[in-house]
Amino acid sequence: MKISKRARYFLSVIFTVLGFTLAVILNSVVPQKADVTFSQHEVFGLALTSNDAYRIVLYALIIYYLITGIIYYNYEDRRKKYLNSARFRFVMGILLFLWDLLGTKLQVLPQPFFPGPAGIMEAFVAEGDYVLQNTIYSLRLYFYGFVIGVATGIITGILVGWFPRVRYWLSPVMNVLGVIPAVAWMPFALTIMPTAFSSAVFLIAVSVWGLVATLTSTGIMSTPKTRFEAGRVLGGNEFYLVFHVAIPHALPQIFTGITTANGYAFTTLVMAEMMGQPGGLGYYINASKVWSAYYKVFAAIIVMAILFSLITKVIELVQRYVLRWQKGVVK
Amino acid sequence: MSDAFLKISDVNRIYEDEDNNSTEALKDINLEVNKGEFVSIIGASGCGKTTLLRLIAGLDKPQSGYLSLHGEKIIGTSPKRGYVFQQGGLFEWLTVEQNIAAGLKARHIYKENKHRIPEFIDMVGLNGFEKSYPHQISGGMAQRVAIARTLINDPELILLDEPMGALDNFTRADLQDKILEIRKSQNTTMILVTHDIDEALYLSDKIVIMTPRPGRISEIINVDMYHPRNRNGHDYVNLRNKLLEKFHLASEVKEPEYII
Repeated sequence: MKISKRARYFLSVIFTVLGFTLAVILNSVVPQKADVTFSQHEVFGLALTSNDAYRIVLYALIIYYLITGIIYYNYEDRRKKYLNSARFRFVMGILLFLWDLLGTKLQVLPQPFFPGPAGIMEAFVAEGDYVLQNTIYSLRLYFYGFVIGVATGIITGILVGWFPRVRYWLSPVMNVLGVIPAVAWMPFALTIMPTAFSSAVFLIAVSVWGLVATLTSTGIMSTPKTRFEAGRVLGGNEFYLVFHVAIPHALPQIFTGITTANGYAFTTLVMAEMMGQPGGLGYYINASKVWSAYYKVFAAIIVMAILFSLITKVIELVQRYVLRWQKGVVK
Repeated sequence: MSDAFLKISDVNRIYEDEDNNSTEALKDINLEVNKGEFVSIIGASGCGKTTLLRLIAGLDKPQSGYLSLHGEKIIGTSPKRGYVFQQGGLFEWLTVEQNIAAGLKARHIYKENKHRIPEFIDMVGLNGFEKSYPHQISGGMAQRVAIARTLINDPELILLDEPMGALDNFTRADLQDKILEIRKSQNTTMILVTHDIDEALYLSDKIVIMTPRPGRISEIINVDMYHPRNRNGHDYVNLRNKLLEKFHLASEVKEPEYII
């Protein structure tokens, strides 16, 4: 019984990498359709074509899944997850296989709109530095905008949630501003902010602020009366009730606000970059589109996918740590 | 001038709702509690027993009359008057240990007192659960945390608002013994609100019977029995029967009839 279970697992490791292996074989064996040539570029001191780079990515995936597959054998949780992902990863490999075949090898897909995987790698191989530079620009914009938006949102939310007088004046403002998409402020932002960068920071912050503020204030206001009474009979003053009772109680809601606002921030970031920034992935897409360099557009989209999922993951980890006291979060 | 530890004189508390209907939650309440006494307040729901406890805690104010603790008028809450809530009222975001330390933090005396935390964890028998969060422990354990959290403030008076109301019978009996044990070692005055006659009888020196609409004290009964009390002992059963009788009588007479 035990042996068959082990055999099944190792078969699934093979299955996981099978799709990618087929993709590599296809890429190496099937000849290129005539008129396409890949020029060589210096990458980390190596002369590579974008097709080489694509193949390196495939090799890397195969090696990564093989190694993690072997390591995870000893960890039950991870092993189960790995087993569960096997089918998906196999299909991913097959899709790369088909994409390469149709996009690059046979050029069935209309060009230049749908380049093959190797074509997209061209953007990284030929101007990797420039892509990186734009990625960092986006990341900086996002970071400043998001942090400022979350911080001001939490502060506003606490004031609105705690002081009825502040609530009276601010909550209508929050309700009205909350429904306006942040990008609507763009012309205004470009006028009042000193630099293009700070105007985008402002827009991202605005897109995040409203939602975080609203949810923070609801979280504060929904604190059960007995929690406050408990705080008072234990000897807590108003400061204690705000910072040790109301805010901790509001944390789950604050995080709901942050994770939702995170999505808004991405949208605003890309739109702001496409409409008036000297850099960033949105800018890169726009600039490439003008030259019909659709492979660069795809490259930027792939970078965004990776970057935004990483950011979301980081937020999720922070949330899981901060809310470790919640039911179902701790094992 | 009375030398009673806790003195409640002519207290009235009337609630008004939005339609200006007023409910007399407490009417002409007079009660004295001596230091070190264990007093239970029993009565049907709506008799104002929790309102009275909240007034003593300073969580609520009377319309007329006054309450004093060793001669000082009760205004607002104080850590000297500990309060154990019906459902514990623990802070879900703090561990057992942090919940117990909450009072020290709130009073800014955490650093010089944190060495006392293990003593209180030990007192309520929660060793090994220091790092657990409230949702990970049982209802009985949560109530013990709530008691320890109150005790660490060295209160002169502990107010217990049906702390055992939501517990099963075994857990309840267990917690009752724990409360007696703590009371013996700390010699704290305790006032318990309950609707369980047996619980009142098992724990108290004095039982205050209240009746609803308007909420008033109908009778005060002294219980002169040694601890631990045998729940099936002769005196105990006799007193329980007497109490049941009075209690039913008391609530039946005053119960208004509703005709819809």
